[in-house]
Amino acid sequence: MSANLSALFYLISGILFILALRGLSSPETSRQGNYFGIAGMAIAIIVTFLSVGNFGIGLIFVLIFLIIGGSIGAFIAFRIPMTAMPELVAGFHSLVGLAAVFVAVSAFLKPEAFNLGFVGKINLASLIEMSLGAAIGAITFSGSIIAFLKLRGIMSGSPITFKGQHLINLVLGLAIFVLIYYLCLSQLSYVFWSIVLISFLLGILLIIPIGGADMPVVISMLNSYSGWAAAGIGFTLENTALIITGALVGSSGAILSYIMCKGMNRSFFNVILGGWGATDQTSNTQSKEQKPVKNGNADDAAFLMKNASSVIIVPGYGMAVAQAQHALREMVDALKKNGVKVSYAIHPVAGRMPGHMNVLLAEANVPYDEVFELEEINNDFSNCDVAYVIGANDVTNPVAKSDPQSPIYGMPVLDVEKSKSVLFVKRSLSPGYAGIDNDLFYRDNTLMLFADAKKMTEEIVKSI
Amino acid sequence: MEIDPFIFRLSIFILTIFVGYYVVWSVTPSLHTPLMSVTNAISSVIIVGAIIAALAGSSKEIFQISNIFGFLAIILAAVNIFGGFLVTQRMLQMYKKKKK
Repeated sequence: MSANLSALFYLISGILFILALRGLSSPETSRQGNYFGIAGMAIAIIVTFLSVGNFGIGLIFVLIFLIIGGSIGAFIAFRIPMTAMPELVAGFHSLVGLAAVFVAVSAFLKPEAFNLGFVGKINLASLIEMSLGAAIGAITFSGSIIAFLKLRGIMSGSPITFKGQHLINLVLGLAIFVLIYYLCLSQLSYVFWSIVLISFLLGILLIIPIGGADMPVVISMLNSYSGWAAAGIGFTLENTALIITGALVGSSGAILSYIMCKGMNRSFFNVILGGWGATDQTSNTQSKEQKPVKNGNADDAAFLMKNASSVIIVPGYGMAVAQAQHALREMVDALKKNGVKVSYAIHPVAGRMPGHMNVLLAEANVPYDEVFELEEINNDFSNCDVAYVIGANDVTNPVAKSDPQSPIYGMPVLDVEKSKSVLFVKRSLSPGYAGIDNDLFYRDNTLMLFADAKKMTEEIVKSI
Repeated sequence: MEIDPFIFRLSIFILTIFVGYYVVWSVTPSLHTPLMSVTNAISSVIIVGAIIAALAGSSKEIFQISNIFGFLAIILAAVNIFGGFLVTQRMLQMYKKKKK
């Protein structure tokens, strides 16, 4: 196949990828969008086989490896529970990163296969592109591994910080650029390997200071990095499909990071530099724990909700941990039978990745037109009888609106306190991730339900 | 004076960033998780580089170190392609409208 013809086919697969993302503008068109994506990928792979035109023993090996990888991927995709989505996505990002590193290494070792010159005499532009691709790929790989370990709970979710951390990161970052410059002058292979190694290290160091609840930002950021890595390799290989995809994925991840940061009213750098309110955590809780709270049980909650005319459910990460989404759906079904109007309110940063709560609710067969985003539903709290907060905390804290001293001041929050009564399912009075006390616990219209989210919801179902 | 082909590729790249910007803002927030998994799947189109690397040279060369890196990259990318698209499909199947 001629180079021009294959370039046109790569363009087609690039366009199909754009349509795949476009499809996600509504759930109805999204499934079709996914098929566009699959078609684009199939075209890209077949065109590559035809343009390489090497149908010897190598092709059989390629197919075998493709099948091995594909079966592993399919197995994971069918077996993974929906609650484990964040770590799955982090794990997948690490694979893209590592694949980018491997392709860059291969191009460096055998540049003639890619028309990039010869060993020791690689074109300058290609050398810069491949080393950037390798560096970003390596950062994506090791960073995603850390994110995966934290999300999976193998590594503690609390930030790991030490003195001079940011300085070290800065030095390592600069070292990568200096080495790329040196590589262009010398073409020495050990310089190339050093770039890869330092980037692996930098990826680890960048992610360890970031805490568990900031994971939505991290995971979006790594998504973006994996795109830029692919684009870097795309420039090296002069491949349009890769360049288009890299740019799409890169900007997609960047926008998601921006949305997540806005959901927490924090700047991107503030999140990346890690740690949130970790210093005054203890003093705050001790002084306030004396205040009286109203303590309720499942029967009280059932009574309140059964006699309400409208209920808004506010799910958070705690619901995912307790796997309470199915019990929650049963509760809502029971309430609907009693003529109660129920809707769900989702905060942008609820959960551990963008859209995490929506997927869990969808899994529990909650229709997506009952689920609303913060801006859509926030005015409805004042007309609602009961707000049922399950596994959320900081995103409901009214302090964000009233106290300029608070670390979460200015963060958009759900106005649950405006509803007639608030049911707050929580295991204890401990503060949320931000380390600040939730004013909501002590309000007159709040009833605390101290229990595991799933057990409490199941008990409420029984009493309704 | 002739324009370097690199400039054309750079133009594609920058224009696609803009396309991506507008397309991604139109994605409904409830589908942000499928968005991440599908972008992950499509970024595995890096497999085209892996295939070129694995098949470089004659049949005797496929066990050279650079080809082996290509084969390893094929496995990684294939996990992502199949895993990414299938898990996206699985998620999207779950989004249902209210039954009337």
